Amino acid sequence: MADKRMTADEVAAEVRDGMTIGIGGWGSRRKPMALVRALLRTPVKDLTVVSYGGPDVGLLCAAGKVKRVVFGFVTLDSIPFDPWFGRARQTGAIEVTEYDEGMFGAALSAAAQRLPFLPLRAGLGSEVMRVNPQLRTVRSPYADGAELVAVPAQELDVALVHLNRGDARGNAQYLGPDPYFDDLFCLAARKRFVSVEKVVDTRELTAGGPVQSLLLNRGSVDGVVEAPRGAHFTTAVPDYGRDERFQKHYVACAKDPDAWPGFVDRFLSGDERRYLTEVDKFEAEAA
Amino acid sequence: MSATRAEIAVVAVAELFRGDGEIVASPMGWIPSLGAKLARLTFEPDLLLSDGEAYLIDADGNLEGWQPFRKMLDTIVPHGRRHVVMGANQIDRFGNQNISAIGDHARPAKQLLGVRGAPGNTANHRTSYWVPRHSKRVFVESVDIVSGVGYDNAAKAGLEYHDVHRVVTNLGVFDFGTPDHSMRAVSLHPGVTPADVAEASGFDIDTSGAGTSREPTDEELLLIREVLDPKGLRDKEVPS
Repeated sequence: MADKRMTADEVAAEVRDGMTIGIGGWGSRRKPMALVRALLRTPVKDLTVVSYGGPDVGLLCAAGKVKRVVFGFVTLDSIPFDPWFGRARQTGAIEVTEYDEGMFGAALSAAAQRLPFLPLRAGLGSEVMRVNPQLRTVRSPYADGAELVAVPAQELDVALVHLNRGDARGNAQYLGPDPYFDDLFCLAARKRFVSVEKVVDTRELTAGGPVQSLLLNRGSVDGVVEAPRGAHFTTAVPDYGRDERFQKHYVACAKDPDAWPGFVDRFLSGDERRYLTEVDKFEAEAA
Repeated sequence: MSATRAEIAVVAVAELFRGDGEIVASPMGWIPSLGAKLARLTFEPDLLLSDGEAYLIDADGNLEGWQPFRKMLDTIVPHGRRHVVMGANQIDRFGNQNISAIGDHARPAKQLLGVRGAPGNTANHRTSYWVPRHSKRVFVESVDIVSGVGYDNAAKAGLEYHDVHRVVTNLGVFDFGTPDHSMRAVSLHPGVTPADVAEASGFDIDTSGAGTSREPTDEELLLIREVLDPKGLRDKEVPS
């Protein structure tokens, strides 16, 4: 059985200029932040980022890696707006494909099912139809004759997701309340990478949670990265909740052009070990 | 007992759910959340309410269901047995709502959340809005990015299940029950005059048939003050 363990930097090296990458999680929840941080350390650029967006989108925009964002929202949940995404939009630095949340999921579902599109009611009558001139509608061939949005499949070159546990083969498990869309992201992608809080023996997976928590099977995963606190500062319950104090710090620095270089220097210019060391120091300062 | 403006608003939001029965109520914001809980504790005991994450929680605090985001979007919303109360950065006379961005979509003056689920909500099930600060910034002649679909656009798109119910603000309760579905006042909160509404709105709202929003009952006031919001966070959303 293949051992799919790799490092975050090896995952980041798989991402090339101009690729379309899907990022799992939702808002500021269970984001594969260690993988995103690894991506920030590479020279990659011109990415199309497909995300139920949170600080993953903000950080990639801050680093100038983004050409286009495909999104239904970008939010930090406890803080409504991500300053870097706002700045990127307001300066015209990025292009966007803005969808309704349900359309976004349908686009991933269509790709996962190898369908060209899925019909949906969501989007009709809204500005989504105007700001995405590529969108088409279809008419039901049945007696109802309803007109529906033909949400086009959103295929991904790479999917990055973060779960709580996984084994070396790529089976992966979420232990929190919500799977989000992480399995769909993997099914819609050509290359699929999952970071986990802890790599465990396969038998330990079902010892740690119900069988329904085994969200990804190894057939839909190409690489596994052990990344403790790999979702920080977003939540990865039950392992840890969102680091609200750190998130506030991120937002304060992101809003202030004078403070941002210091944030990058302290937290993002070194490797993951350095990041976590600095986060620990940051926590200790509060105590 | 005399009720504050925030408490009047909580009751007005609760009234949105009257008659809804056993459906999923999705209130966004603190006062909408208090309103939905108040409705369930009094006249709508069958409402299903989520914790804002993946769980449905009953009135006694028991976990009674699982409703992760994907289930919400794949089935609960399209199935239609849901009533959402969303916020609005802008809203117009026909109930078009904007939470996406202010200005030109290609390069907005202010990026907001994004359209989120508003297009799907308004295409699929009953939707109401909560505006804590009724003002000309929010009540505009036309919204910049139609996120939630209003009556004019719903008619053009042929949205069979479109049902924008009401708008509750710190000044009153509004609906779209006119021949052309333009907004009218259902009731103004005690102490609010038609002139107050006119001054705070960027388009004309017919207030001629408006009554006065009802006061909470003693039982409702007790529930709001001692059970649902003992810390008084409602006053931060709507100061007295």
